[in-house]
Amino acid sequence: MTVLGYYPGCSLHGGGRELDLSVRELVRLAGAQLREIADWNCCGATSAHCMNHDLAVALPFRVLALAKEQGLTRVLAPCAACFSRLKGTNVRLANDPALATKMKDITGHDYAGGVEVISCVELANLLLAEGLAGKFTAPLKDLKVAPYYGCLLSRGQDIVTDDAENPVAMEPAIQAAGCQIVPWNLANECCGGGFSMSLKDAVVDLSAAILDEARAAGAEAIVTGCPMCHSNLDMRQLAIRDAGRSAGDLPVLYLSELLCLAAGADPKAIGLDAHFIDAMPLAARSQP
Amino acid sequence: MTDTHTKPASSQGTQGPFEPTLVAFVCNWCTYAGADLAGTSRLKYAANIRIIKLPCTGRIDPLLVLKAFESGADGVLVSGCHPGDCHYTSGNFHARRRWAIFHRLLELTGIDSSRLHFSWVSAAEGQKFADLVNDVVAKVRQAGPFDAVNPARRRS
Amino acid sequence: MSRVGVFICHCGENIARTVDVVAVAAAAARMPGVVHSVEYKYMCSDPGQQLVKNAIAEHKLTGVVVAACSPRMHESTFRRAAAEAGLNPYLLEMSNVREHCSWVHEDKALATEKAVDLVRVMVEKVRRNRALKPISISVEPTALVVGGGIAGIQAALDIANGGKKVILVERELSIGGHMARLSETFPTLDCSQCIMTPRMVEVASHPNITLMTWSEVESVSGFLGNFDVTIRRKARYVDLAKCTGCGECWNKCPAKKIPSEFDAGIGNRTAIYVPSPQAVPNKPGIDAKNCIMLTKGKCGACAKVCPRQAIDFKDVDKFETVKVGAIVLATGFELWDHSAYGEYGAGRLKDVIDGFAFERLASASGPTSGQILRPSDHTEPKTVVFIQCCGSRDTKMGMPYCSKICCMYTAKHAMLYAHKVHDGQAVVFYMDIRAAGKGYDEFVRRAIEADGARYVRGRISRVYRRADGKLIVRGADTLAGTPVTIEADMVVLADAVVARKDSRALAQKLGVSYDAYGFFSEAHPKLRPVETAVAGVYLAGACQAPKDIPDAVSQASASASKVLALFSKPKLDREPIIARVNRNNCDHCRACINTCPYKAISDLEIKDRNGKVVRVVADVNEGLCQGCGTCVAVCRSRSIDLDGFTDEQVFAELAALESQTK
Repeated sequence: MTVLGYYPGCSLHGGGRELDLSVRELVRLAGAQLREIADWNCCGATSAHCMNHDLAVALPFRVLALAKEQGLTRVLAPCAACFSRLKGTNVRLANDPALATKMKDITGHDYAGGVEVISCVELANLLLAEGLAGKFTAPLKDLKVAPYYGCLLSRGQDIVTDDAENPVAMEPAIQAAGCQIVPWNLANECCGGGFSMSLKDAVVDLSAAILDEARAAGAEAIVTGCPMCHSNLDMRQLAIRDAGRSAGDLPVLYLSELLCLAAGADPKAIGLDAHFIDAMPLAARSQP
Repeated sequence: MTDTHTKPASSQGTQGPFEPTLVAFVCNWCTYAGADLAGTSRLKYAANIRIIKLPCTGRIDPLLVLKAFESGADGVLVSGCHPGDCHYTSGNFHARRRWAIFHRLLELTGIDSSRLHFSWVSAAEGQKFADLVNDVVAKVRQAGPFDAVNPARRRS
Repeated sequence: MSRVGVFICHCGENIARTVDVVAVAAAAARMPGVVHSVEYKYMCSDPGQQLVKNAIAEHKLTGVVVAACSPRMHESTFRRAAAEAGLNPYLLEMSNVREHCSWVHEDKALATEKAVDLVRVMVEKVRRNRALKPISISVEPTALVVGGGIAGIQAALDIANGGKKVILVERELSIGGHMARLSETFPTLDCSQCIMTPRMVEVASHPNITLMTWSEVESVSGFLGNFDVTIRRKARYVDLAKCTGCGECWNKCPAKKIPSEFDAGIGNRTAIYVPSPQAVPNKPGIDAKNCIMLTKGKCGACAKVCPRQAIDFKDVDKFETVKVGAIVLATGFELWDHSAYGEYGAGRLKDVIDGFAFERLASASGPTSGQILRPSDHTEPKTVVFIQCCGSRDTKMGMPYCSKICCMYTAKHAMLYAHKVHDGQAVVFYMDIRAAGKGYDEFVRRAIEADGARYVRGRISRVYRRADGKLIVRGADTLAGTPVTIEADMVVLADAVVARKDSRALAQKLGVSYDAYGFFSEAHPKLRPVETAVAGVYLAGACQAPKDIPDAVSQASASASKVLALFSKPKLDREPIIARVNRNNCDHCRACINTCPYKAISDLEIKDRNGKVVRVVADVNEGLCQGCGTCVAVCRSRSIDLDGFTDEQVFAELAALESQTK
């Protein structure tokens, strides 16, 4: 895997900056290269498919068409929502032969599938298969971690290959980084998702339950792959603390951040200091 | 009886699209029963098929297939029990082995492989039988009338 | 010169609705060789059959074609009628114009045209039919019953009490099957042990029954009346002739922590063990995988204490071949493994158990002596959630069918729980309550009304264990339209009833067909529910489909009556559809001999009057030949043909299609 297409989407340029930094660093450490798709546009995320189904397909369709035109065969979409929209479009194209023509009419691009879309979890597993574990010179010995998948990295029968009710895809990478996985129950529970802004109370309720459960299971950190989950569990943890529902001290890491730490990356370079809940002490757990 | 669709349509160039005749050699235990199940389930499929019942696909001599073509079939379907389910333990394996060689021979003689089909349909697969017949009839229809290329029927 | 009669049936409206039967009769009348052609409303009725019989006599028919339903339905009916009228029954053929024509086509013109074709094909065939005589075969009046659960026990006892010999093969150390594991049985709550053990003992002591436990069917050959079955007598390492079942050995065995299969993992057993105290025979066997002596080569504690020197570590599997006339399959079922459900804990939660585990908890002879104690910490659960349809009716899990017994046993579990834990609450989640059966619905109502089980219609989305040990059960109450969360102490899943993992392998040994789920297929879903498509092989119990005890017992008795009817005559007639060799033409290439799946063809030496062998040819054994015709297709000199399906007949059928198409 030398050159990999890169689709950062909106969140990696905003609230998910640490994900962007850590994924780029992880790919660099693994000796591969990212090439951002030129002229990419919004994936449609949760809003487009609530408003207009054609739009919800046309947006990611254009992104995939551009990737193909630019000679990319495999595209990394680190944001779980982007991943779900992009790969979902490939699935829809495969299931509906007439869709490509319709999308061509809308976007003016030719595309009928052929660009593979991978998530950050799949990236980690691909890199592991190519020997990433050998780069883990500073493993996080016995850090107790609760892997959290949320909905977009566990669901969608044709999109995610993991078991929706019992997802495990992050475990090999977390274990390779030296961490210990705590058995817990809410790995695919709803964090509140896109209601972060519009229904804050619901998010506080849902995310508080996840944090409580992870803490009760003995986790020292939650590991996720989705910027939406991350903002609900990390940023909203302050609101949860203020509501008296949590101690507000459970750091939430991206899988890519965890793997970068294990590979001895500079914590500040991957944005570890940008978390709402202080994650910097975790960097000290990394032991060469 | 007025046959608006039958064989001569193509050769005489009369009205209606070409409707092929499909001869199906089926075994008594699985596919014949599967076809019965399609009937008891009231599934609908193309009326072009004529079933010839044999005890087992193992009984199907390649000569029977040739005779079917010679007798004016545009397509032939051979269907028996699934591997391992043969009522006579191994007849369908003999059929399969024979088939593997025979269909290459047919191709060599210029008979298009879309005219000869082989399938397993169990007594429980009424739906599969109905789908299979429709599928094979469609393929044979596409292949067109066999008269034109059939050496046994080519008149000088 | 053939004189064929054609009889077209309306089947009420079933055929006549889509096939113009009058036109078919008229067309048939014009076919070569046809001297009589009529249609009638119900040909299979008495007057219909009389019509056929009269015509045979009146028109001196030499062949008959009945165009009606599938020959699988009524061929035997009409052939019997023909025979009664003095016509050889094999001179009658059926055209399937119902299942293969009127029911599957809509266009009346096309269906009629096809029906005419089907009749013409059979007319041409029947003109070439030969009178055949049934083949008489002897019947070995011993039955093999495979499986020693309640169905197998019932079948074996009924056959044995009818005066015939039975060999009962059971793969476990003891007979009794699943029923012996149950606590109490619905809808009367009588104790399973109390009604089951007397029957188990009766089997063991019955003079007509040979019991082979720890044994499995290895291979089967032969046919109706004459099966040769090889039975694998698995190495038991205990000589049953010497063993008295005193129990010294299993008390001394140091391998004590093996989860007991009989107790569904709730209790433990030793490596040398009897599955339960009521086992029949009540003598142990050694589980070689867990025995220290057999795996590591040292221990032998059991052998040291055995007062009868009954233990032999050098025991090996032995094979025994028996000759039987009929086989009853009663191999039962398994419960589906619910670990495929991630939402129910993927099999990792100790206090999420299946129905059998609950039975063992509730059983007075179980590991907890009938106290309901949850497996993780052996405390009494105060809230128990029962989830029905776990796997059943779930297409995603591959089981779209209803497991039939779970509604009833879950109601029973809720009741037993209420009787044993007075301050406990049973909550049952169901999709539908299916309690059809004598006294069944009343039983479910009793569980709800008298024993206070809370029935909630809805599905469970998640079961997980909270840090304090409570199981959090979340789901929907679809009648109230609200989400529900219950803090439970134990969860009991009504896992789907599935076929035995190796049911397909056994079916293939016998040539019995099975459905998409591995359950054995009956010969006819309504009218032949206990026979299989293989003559002489019958079904009893849940190996055919999920069944409760009364249904399994009924079917077992039905199978036994079929077997006894078969054994009531020393000889029976068999269809004469067999291969015949033209000795003048056979050049003894042996292709047929090597091909025949029944080893029915052998060499025949033709000698001159001085006893000198002049030629060797192939020869078919009428008793062994099953009539598949595989030999015909491999014969290079066309010297072998199949009665009823000769080359001449099939060629004529094909030619009959041509005559109208071109």
